[in-house]
Amino acid sequence: MKNSIIQVENLTKKFGDFTAVNGVSFTVEKGSIFGFLGPNGAGKTTSIKMLTTLLKPTGGQVLLDGKDPVTDQAGVRRTFGIVFQDPSLDDELTAQENMEFHGVLYKVPPLLRKSRTEELLKVVELWDRRNDLVKQFSGGMKRRLEIARGLLHHPQILFLDEPTVGLDPQTRNHIWNYIRNLNKKEKITVFFTTHYMEEADRVADQVTIVDHGKIIAQGTPAALKKKARAKTLEDAFIRLTGHNLRDEDASNAETMRMMKKMWRR
Amino acid sequence: MSAIYIMWLRQLKRYFRSKPRMIGSLGQPLIFLLAFGFGFGKIYSQSGRGDYLQFLAPGVISMGVLFTGVFSGIEIIWDRQFGFLKETLVAPVPRLTIMIGRTLGGATVAMMQGIVVFALAFLFGFRPQLQALPLALVFMFLIALLFTAFGTALASQLSDMQAFPLIMNFLVMPLFFLSGAMFPLEGLPSGMALVTTLNPLSYGIDGLRASLGMASFYGMGTDFLVLSLCSAFLLVVGGYLFSKIQI
Repeated sequence: MKNSIIQVENLTKKFGDFTAVNGVSFTVEKGSIFGFLGPNGAGKTTSIKMLTTLLKPTGGQVLLDGKDPVTDQAGVRRTFGIVFQDPSLDDELTAQENMEFHGVLYKVPPLLRKSRTEELLKVVELWDRRNDLVKQFSGGMKRRLEIARGLLHHPQILFLDEPTVGLDPQTRNHIWNYIRNLNKKEKITVFFTTHYMEEADRVADQVTIVDHGKIIAQGTPAALKKKARAKTLEDAFIRLTGHNLRDEDASNAETMRMMKKMWRR
Repeated sequence: MSAIYIMWLRQLKRYFRSKPRMIGSLGQPLIFLLAFGFGFGKIYSQSGRGDYLQFLAPGVISMGVLFTGVFSGIEIIWDRQFGFLKETLVAPVPRLTIMIGRTLGGATVAMMQGIVVFALAFLFGFRPQLQALPLALVFMFLIALLFTAFGTALASQLSDMQAFPLIMNFLVMPLFFLSGAMFPLEGLPSGMALVTTLNPLSYGIDGLRASLGMASFYGMGTDFLVLSLCSAFLLVVGGYLFSKIQI
């Protein structure tokens, strides 16, 4: 492979006797936008966790910019930034404090941190609310802040796990334009997942579709549409993955939220 | 360094913004001071040992520090559930640094809680000797550090709050009650004496009493040494466990 920045070989993750990711292999070219698609429970987030040092693989090998997330965690953590699928903000801090916190952890110099925080909070239209505690934000506002925070430092690789879920078309458009611009100007490799197929069709250079932990198709959006003889990527996706609905394990986050309230009283 | 500072700052901000929690966590020490301090005061003085409140107050101050410390450490479980933990776990900063920052923050918060309980006790008539007050603060900080690190180490092994009552009832409560916070350590039955000797909090409370001008059981040097060694040990263990967290 010429110039690949992410190399994944036979990646596998088992939880007990359940195989979440089953022998997945792919490469991502440096500076490209890579769409990692699949139905709920296909193993997308688990794969991202293994790529980003949060989870140890059961088998297989991953290299990010030549570094192995199992043996060189510190090295790998210097190469990427991530917007998680589920919330990861501190809601007892304000929007600006969340940005600042991130900037310090990722060693963004103070002046750049300031100017970029302003720029990004304006892009996601939260600048006026920058001094409000995140717990007062709506779901969509939190999501926007989450994305702004993920873009604060400019890593080599940017992971976006369903970044635009729950956002209106205007905001999605806005954010993707910003990300594409970043990709072009700073040659940042973007690795993203989404359930909005038209989004993937529009921005991704390469697409990989996984289902039940296995890769079922790889290629450019155009090639996949051609292969599935479908007009849109959405049709191709459904043709390739079938019509069945998927279940995901429900988290007990809701119970926790109640517990937290009780303990805080 | 800046990562340690920002983690520390975060713990402080969270503490000061959570007024109900600040006030709520004063309830327990308050009850202990009132119910035991005044309730047992008569019996204690009749046995010729003087004013019970003077004896009890350092124990209750330590209790405030202990509970807030363990609780601060355990907050990691919430960060895990609400996702913020991930943000710190993938940052390009050694996890040990993250752990030390948040433990120092938690310990600072716990110590401040101790100072508030101190003031409260003063209000009820606690009159210690204050010449060695800085030393007393050192002991309060060591207790805070020790038990925040303890909470952190525990929490890094737990994925949700299910085990929280278990920790409170089978670890934190016994730590407090079997520590000499409420009763003098002299002349205990041998089994009880063994338990209190093995409990690091005993040394914390003993050291705090000593630095406030009361008689020491173990000797202040021993207190200091035991507390420091235990804190260092738990920081290392906690740091290791924290660095191994998977999500």
